[in-house]
Amino acid sequence: MAQWDVANSDCIIVMGSNMAENHPIAFRFVLQAKERGATVIHVDPRFTRTSALADIHAPIRAGTDIAFLGGIIRHLLENDLWFRDWALAYTNIAEIIEPGFQDAGSGGGKFSGWNDEKRGYQFDTWQPEGMAMASAISEHYLNTAENFSSMTHKLAEHPPPEDRSLRHPMCVYQILKRQYAAYTPEMVAKTTGCPQETFLKVCEALARNSGRERTGAFCYAVGWTHHSTGVQMIRAAALIQGLLGNVGRPGGGILALRGHTSIQGSTDIPTLYNLMPGYIPHPNAQKPETSLKDYLEHETVPTGWWHNFPKYIVSLLKAWYGDAATGQNEFGFQLLPKIMGDHSQLPMTMAMADGTIRGMFMLGQNPIIGGSNSDTVQRGLAKLEWLVVRDMVETETASFWHKGRLVERGELSPDKVATEVFLMPAELGPEKEGTVTNTHRLVQWHDKAVDGPGDSRSELWFVYHLGRRLKQLYAGSTDPQDAPIQAVTLDYREKGARREPSAEDVLREINGYTWPDRKQVAAFTELKDDGSTACGCWLYSGAWPKQDHNQARSRVPDPPQGPGTHLGWAFAWPANRRTLYNRASADPEGKPWSERKKLVWWDAEKKDWNSPDALDFEPHKPPGYRPDWSHPNEGMDAISGANPFIMMADGKAALFVSSGLKDGPLPTHYEPVESPVRNPVHPATQTNPGAKTWGRPDNPLHEVGDPRFPHVLTTYRLTEHHSGGIPTRLVPHLAELQPEGFAEIPPELASALGIANLDWVVLSTARGEVETRALVTERLRPFEIAGRRIHQIGMPWHFGWVGYATGDIANALTAVVGDPNTSMHENKALTCALRKGRIPRPPEAAE
Amino acid sequence: MTEVHARAQEHTPSEFNRMIPDESELTAGVRIEPGRSYGFFTDTTLCIGCKACEVACKEWNALPADDVRLSGMSYDNTRRLSSTTWRHVAFIEKEVRDNTQQALQSSWLMMSDVCKHCSPAPCLEACPTGAIFRTEFDTVVVQQDICNGCGYCVPACPFGVVAMDDNDGKAHKCTLCYDRMKGGLEPACAKSCPTDSIQFGEVEALQTRAETRVQELRDRGVAGARLYGTPGAEGATGGIRHLNASFLLVDRPEVYNLPAAPSRPAERIAPALGSGLVAVAGLALAAFALLGRRR
Repeated sequence: MAQWDVANSDCIIVMGSNMAENHPIAFRFVLQAKERGATVIHVDPRFTRTSALADIHAPIRAGTDIAFLGGIIRHLLENDLWFRDWALAYTNIAEIIEPGFQDAGSGGGKFSGWNDEKRGYQFDTWQPEGMAMASAISEHYLNTAENFSSMTHKLAEHPPPEDRSLRHPMCVYQILKRQYAAYTPEMVAKTTGCPQETFLKVCEALARNSGRERTGAFCYAVGWTHHSTGVQMIRAAALIQGLLGNVGRPGGGILALRGHTSIQGSTDIPTLYNLMPGYIPHPNAQKPETSLKDYLEHETVPTGWWHNFPKYIVSLLKAWYGDAATGQNEFGFQLLPKIMGDHSQLPMTMAMADGTIRGMFMLGQNPIIGGSNSDTVQRGLAKLEWLVVRDMVETETASFWHKGRLVERGELSPDKVATEVFLMPAELGPEKEGTVTNTHRLVQWHDKAVDGPGDSRSELWFVYHLGRRLKQLYAGSTDPQDAPIQAVTLDYREKGARREPSAEDVLREINGYTWPDRKQVAAFTELKDDGSTACGCWLYSGAWPKQDHNQARSRVPDPPQGPGTHLGWAFAWPANRRTLYNRASADPEGKPWSERKKLVWWDAEKKDWNSPDALDFEPHKPPGYRPDWSHPNEGMDAISGANPFIMMADGKAALFVSSGLKDGPLPTHYEPVESPVRNPVHPATQTNPGAKTWGRPDNPLHEVGDPRFPHVLTTYRLTEHHSGGIPTRLVPHLAELQPEGFAEIPPELASALGIANLDWVVLSTARGEVETRALVTERLRPFEIAGRRIHQIGMPWHFGWVGYATGDIANALTAVVGDPNTSMHENKALTCALRKGRIPRPPEAAE
Repeated sequence: MTEVHARAQEHTPSEFNRMIPDESELTAGVRIEPGRSYGFFTDTTLCIGCKACEVACKEWNALPADDVRLSGMSYDNTRRLSSTTWRHVAFIEKEVRDNTQQALQSSWLMMSDVCKHCSPAPCLEACPTGAIFRTEFDTVVVQQDICNGCGYCVPACPFGVVAMDDNDGKAHKCTLCYDRMKGGLEPACAKSCPTDSIQFGEVEALQTRAETRVQELRDRGVAGARLYGTPGAEGATGGIRHLNASFLLVDRPEVYNLPAAPSRPAERIAPALGSGLVAVAGLALAAFALLGRRR
């Protein structure tokens, strides 16, 4: 949702985020909502600056978010507080699932289809009865029936079976009731440590502020993603919002707060290994996708908007390979590298440590600080042949070989590290032009203010000139493996003596144009699958819609009297839309659910839709349209005029997810991989069965309730510093605000261990130990969990040895453990030991 | 939805290659004109303790970072206002384990403190050289080129704001961004405040806004809500009519390290002089009586 739309919410739950501290500008809109009477709730292990501004702070033990959210789901269902008209029409709550399906509530914490040997699920029983549900990223036939892809084609023959009376035992509603039966307020309190009455207050505030007249919002950030159950935490919020009708409506939704500048942009045009620009799945060597034809057949969803998929991938190939992409050579499909498995950061860390990876580029990354298990990262860097670091100073990552933790401890010595480090100066934001995509998909252009000093250059300059030189180097090669380098187009215009490539040309290409005459396309609806258009990212079509019109650079706000969608302010993907799925703000007949929450409506006289926003629906499609199922319907023809969720194959919000998730169709509470207690909700299944772990001596994990590591540790950020710390620890004005690392410790634990405020303490895990200063505060509190008193300790992870504000590296404590869907690490919840004192240092280092 | 000034539509591309005339009108809703009174209203119920004001102040005024140490006092590592720190966010941890707050920041208090630009200003009254003067915007500014470093202003300030600098031996404090105001710009701290906890404007308008706000908060059940430095309120005592930089607090001023009843030293001259004279007379009488008896 748009950040500024949060101001229209009646109830805001900030959970998995310390929004006031890490997103202070966005938090402005939370306070605006509060001024208008909204209830603000903060659910968090710590009492933070966000909690201070909230009406309710619900404290929970780190990593128990799904127990809490599952409790809300149960509360809504048991007390019939959900928005029935909305959910029945717009979600798959009535859909009937295969009779062989078993939920985790009845299955001891696991769903049907679990395969112990493969440590993964078969997804067949999760499907709608007699069909298969396609997802945009269909990794399924890796685990599921051979004919999965052909099964999905049934979607073009009829919609999934439903029972709108909700009495069918296999309908989603009944499955939800079974799945969450155990998530009682007593169980929530027992698992999360949150007092029952506080939990119930949250339920009541959310339910009271949802429905026809009112809307509620969730705001989350990496406090949800950094878990072995991260994706399912977000899914649980989506489920709640689906039940309450808080999607596609003003002030309703889920705001995913992104932590870095343009981290949203780096997902859209991704730095992720398994996606290509615009959420197009990367060809996978393990899938039957050896030709473009096979790839299109497997990846194209038969119904819904994603049916347009071939136009987007062919236009992308055309943008990358230009004239070298033709109908005869599958538009260069064979030039794309194929992925072989998980190539994300965690396995890459391990591959470095194993010596599999020989060289590495670090752009905008300081993994010794930000990566899990910092010592293993440092061991890995020491095994590289070469390492390129582009940054504004010599970061920890660039100086590991002479100042690192392992050097200090004598495990590495500078004369033995063979890694050749190339440190290249990088320009900072105001020294370059380009776009930043923020949390709400808003693509904003910024002009360059000044040249970077000395030899510093932009990332664009570096990548462009590296590519150009590689092209020169391989120009005469006849080796087929060099063909991709030869084919790639790098024809941006260059500016000035520094030969800076034009960022404007890059955005023009991202927007897309016709080929070969390069006339800008106005929207992705103009893209073709025949090679006559080229487009770097279909979702960004419209950012540069005319020859000389950079919409991302536009800054025309709406006037004070409204409407407040600010369509003239920059560009929000897709199609400059501010609220996704906004068709859902009107009822099935096209009437707004309420005047107060009006955003889209059908004008029966004009026979068209009206909205101050860009409509997220097929233009002119009447609410009364129904597919004629006497014959097959493909693409949007299969989506009725009353199904707002056009990116889904059935046009409905998925309360139950048949395809696309590796760890279950419904969120289930599992304990973090390292936890002091047994799973109180599902005693038979302790942790997420699909969680990625690497059983290795350099990445040991703690057993459940290991008495050596009795405390819960959570790591986090501070307002005063930015991520890996390099942009802030070197700035005196920021360094003096948070000058040194520390750990927040509850007074009860501190007094038990004889720790006074500002004392030196040592935190340790099986991965490593760090020393830091104690900040004893009641903002951290002990929890009574399963009859035991559990203490939580918090430690900011920004610090390192570079700059004015320094401190030991919190990530030396964390483990390489990942979410099954995203391989995201679990640095928000682990266990540790704490003692008073300092770490003895070798004499020469101490001097 | 969000508050947008009508003039925002005049500046449509992302570039800003020149000054926007009367920019303060866009950012704070007020034009800056000589002869009028300007100040701050700091509403602590909106403060998120981000310290953007501290950074903006130091950056604009080119003040050094000079005390890089962990204080151990909550998230307050700045500790105090000084000759090089003209905005200071105080952090006060209270009953943070009471899960239901009284609404609007009642458990972990945060307040961005600043020079109060008192009316009348004790520091100005104590200054023998005229280095401290009242500007055309009714703010109080020290001119270091005139200041002789006598330090009289330091004890005169009832808030402990004015401080001598060890490097140049002169008095320094917040200027309410005198230079920015001359250029039609809102002071740096107020402009950078993401939640509008620090509001800049004409003093009378701010006082009216403050009265409305405190009433609104009391109606919403924030029992402790009170003003500090508006006419008749705490902070406007002992001969100080009002503070150009006023505050909305949710607890007693002492909790925020503000004096409950600051006073103007000049107010105390007459009684102090009187009691001094009485004492002298009394001593003289006693001496006379003693010496007289011996004779």
